[in-house]
Amino acid sequence: MLSKVAEKLYWAARYIERVESTARLVSVYDSLLFDLPREFDISWYNLITLNSLESLFEKDYSNRSEINVVKFLLADEKNPSSMLSALTMVRENVRTTRDVLPHDYWEMVNELHIFATENIRQGLYRRARHKFLDQMIKGCQQINGLIMGTMSRDAPWHFLRLGRNLERADMLTRLLDAGAAVQILSEAEIHVQISQVVWGNVLRSSSAELNYRRTMRSAVTDCDVAAFLLHDPHFPRSLNFCLSTILEAARKLPNSKDTVKKITRVLEFRYEFDNPQQLGDEFRDYLNQLQLDLCGLHLHFSQTWFSLEQKDAV
Amino acid sequence: MSIDWKQYDPHLYFDELMASKGEPRLSARHLVEHLESLDDIELESCRQMAEATIREMGVSFTVYTEEGNIDRAWPFDIVPRTISARQWEQTAAGLKQRLKALNLFIGDLYDKQEILKEGVIPQHIIRDSKNFRPECVGVKPAHGVWAHICGTDLVRDSDGEFYVLEDNLRVPSGVAYMLENRAITKRVLPELFEKDEIKPVGDYPARLFDTLMSLSPRRIRRPEIVVLTPGIFNSAYFEHAYLAQQMGAELVEGSDLVVGEDDCVYMRTISGLERVDVIYRRIDDLFLDPEIFHKDSVVGVPGVMRAWRAGSVALANAPGAGVADDKVVYAYVPEIIRYYLNEEPLISNVKTYICDDADQREYVVEHIDELVVKPANESGGYGMLIGPHSTRKEQARFVKLINENPRNYIAQPTLSLSTAPTLIGKGRVEPRHLDLRPFVLQAKESYVTTGGLTRVAMNKGSLVVNSSQGGGSKDTWIVNGETG
Repeated sequence: MLSKVAEKLYWAARYIERVESTARLVSVYDSLLFDLPREFDISWYNLITLNSLESLFEKDYSNRSEINVVKFLLADEKNPSSMLSALTMVRENVRTTRDVLPHDYWEMVNELHIFATENIRQGLYRRARHKFLDQMIKGCQQINGLIMGTMSRDAPWHFLRLGRNLERADMLTRLLDAGAAVQILSEAEIHVQISQVVWGNVLRSSSAELNYRRTMRSAVTDCDVAAFLLHDPHFPRSLNFCLSTILEAARKLPNSKDTVKKITRVLEFRYEFDNPQQLGDEFRDYLNQLQLDLCGLHLHFSQTWFSLEQKDAV
Repeated sequence: MSIDWKQYDPHLYFDELMASKGEPRLSARHLVEHLESLDDIELESCRQMAEATIREMGVSFTVYTEEGNIDRAWPFDIVPRTISARQWEQTAAGLKQRLKALNLFIGDLYDKQEILKEGVIPQHIIRDSKNFRPECVGVKPAHGVWAHICGTDLVRDSDGEFYVLEDNLRVPSGVAYMLENRAITKRVLPELFEKDEIKPVGDYPARLFDTLMSLSPRRIRRPEIVVLTPGIFNSAYFEHAYLAQQMGAELVEGSDLVVGEDDCVYMRTISGLERVDVIYRRIDDLFLDPEIFHKDSVVGVPGVMRAWRAGSVALANAPGAGVADDKVVYAYVPEIIRYYLNEEPLISNVKTYICDDADQREYVVEHIDELVVKPANESGGYGMLIGPHSTRKEQARFVKLINENPRNYIAQPTLSLSTAPTLIGKGRVEPRHLDLRPFVLQAKESYVTTGGLTRVAMNKGSLVVNSSQGGGSKDTWIVNGETG
């Protein structure tokens, strides 16, 4: 398989995951804000902070209003991580790799792209937003479903898995960090109810609410939610699951000895939830390190499989 | 309201569907009846469905403009063009004959040049040809074939006969659109595929694959075949990707390939370098290898000519095959067929005046307002003069060009290109001019597509069918209509 194609598939998968998670994030935020007391200082702008997009946002917007934030996250072409930009990147990457993907893949991506561009305004206003985002999420799931059912489990498939799971893991660390930030920000006046709303929101952003309840059999608390999302071995959006999938995919690919070692090291880097009162700065430092490690994995994939400066070897 | 065929008037042109006012040709009978049975709204919904299908399938082509490259949806007319199977059989035989002779000719030019020695074609025509590549002399490609894939342009004159307009032996494009046109039509007019015996077109990618396989220098079970594209910004990129996918071949760009010390071509893969056996290249000769041709080509592969000459990789089409694409050489093709095959050409050329010949040049200059003047080595309809549609000033400019460089120009009479009904508004069809590009394969065996790509000039009276200049396309049906 061509290095260039592998890289494009990897990115296509990352971007499609980004489309879905952005849609999910905005959608969940809608209902979250309804549930919080008005005097509580949490706003739409948190979504910008969570994605580390502050400086890019400030460049074009002075007002941190709902409409601006939502527009920036969903529709803004200048934001390379906006839902629409990400979808365009999916399309561009698939356009040049359609020869290794199922025929319908390209059509579905194309349809979703047409749908998104034509209906993007619906996403900006609350009235139609939920329905629009719901369709976007379904579109992504349809595409992922297609490859589940039709793609051979050979190299292209493994690169898609690498991309999807790395992006998912990265998004998860951001969601957790946002939760922890709110917690610290409001430590003095926070009470159980708000904590529940915030962490419930983190769970919903990962579609993890029901799985959480079934697995943990406990109320929504910060530590339990974080522990579940980080370490649960069965939930497909947990960090542990994502990294295990990455590990499995890497093992099936050529020249992966070093890569496997690196992934294993990240997988073994766990946060010990021994003191439930301490989900504060220490936890955020851990998440920060985790993000750096994930970034390191990406660079490593790049050197191992995508770089055009390979050693001559057959 | 529905289409009123009695109002449809192709004037003196040969019409592909209608034999006379209100009377369809046999091969188009069911089609015409079916279209008549649809009212305006149904027709319009067919058109919209085709449009949506094209967008969803992402069938596009790239147009270069001053504002940058635009990816446009493929222009498509839902009314198919029909040809009777009987006529097509003869045409296909003629196309095979032509390519066979052309390949013998190219092989001769890069070998003993007997045809020149015997004076059938003047020496200097080849010596001065932009597309003759001295680097190819002495190379012996597999099966003695240089042009493996050919996209001949055919036109039908008012006498109803097909004529060859151009041979296109370099990197002809359009076959993917032919295949996609059929896929669209099957969705839009499914009823007709039950009624008529419309011959399928879908086996082209498999035949192309077989053709390429048979060129592999290594006799191994699964030779590595790649499609070499200049990249996403090329107008035919869609097709490159489409064909690679259909054949299960790798789609590569120049930067994916490297030629080793051993003169073998390798591609960069996730597990290192892997050897390549056959390159279906969609890059012009001059950009193929910066070591030999344009030094600044970034889309080519340095050393690929070295590898090809060493016989370690096959190139399709072979470099240098374009020498037979020269429009002056075109004028000699009937002679070429007689010379190498000792047969009469089954398809005629369009009458062609060679400006290199003093008498013919004189005629061209005198009749420049009636003729179409073409440069010998351009494609895509660029750099030509259409006499009857031109100004005095343009004509004078071409006379000057011809006199300065007679070798570089030919002229042809303005053709009465055939027409076919084309949907131009709600429930309205009008005749529009069209041509046909069948694709011919040759390696060990020959193959001709069932029909080809029909291109149609969407503007009234226009003869320009190139998609880059406002042309559209139609599905082409070879119909077993004789039994009715």
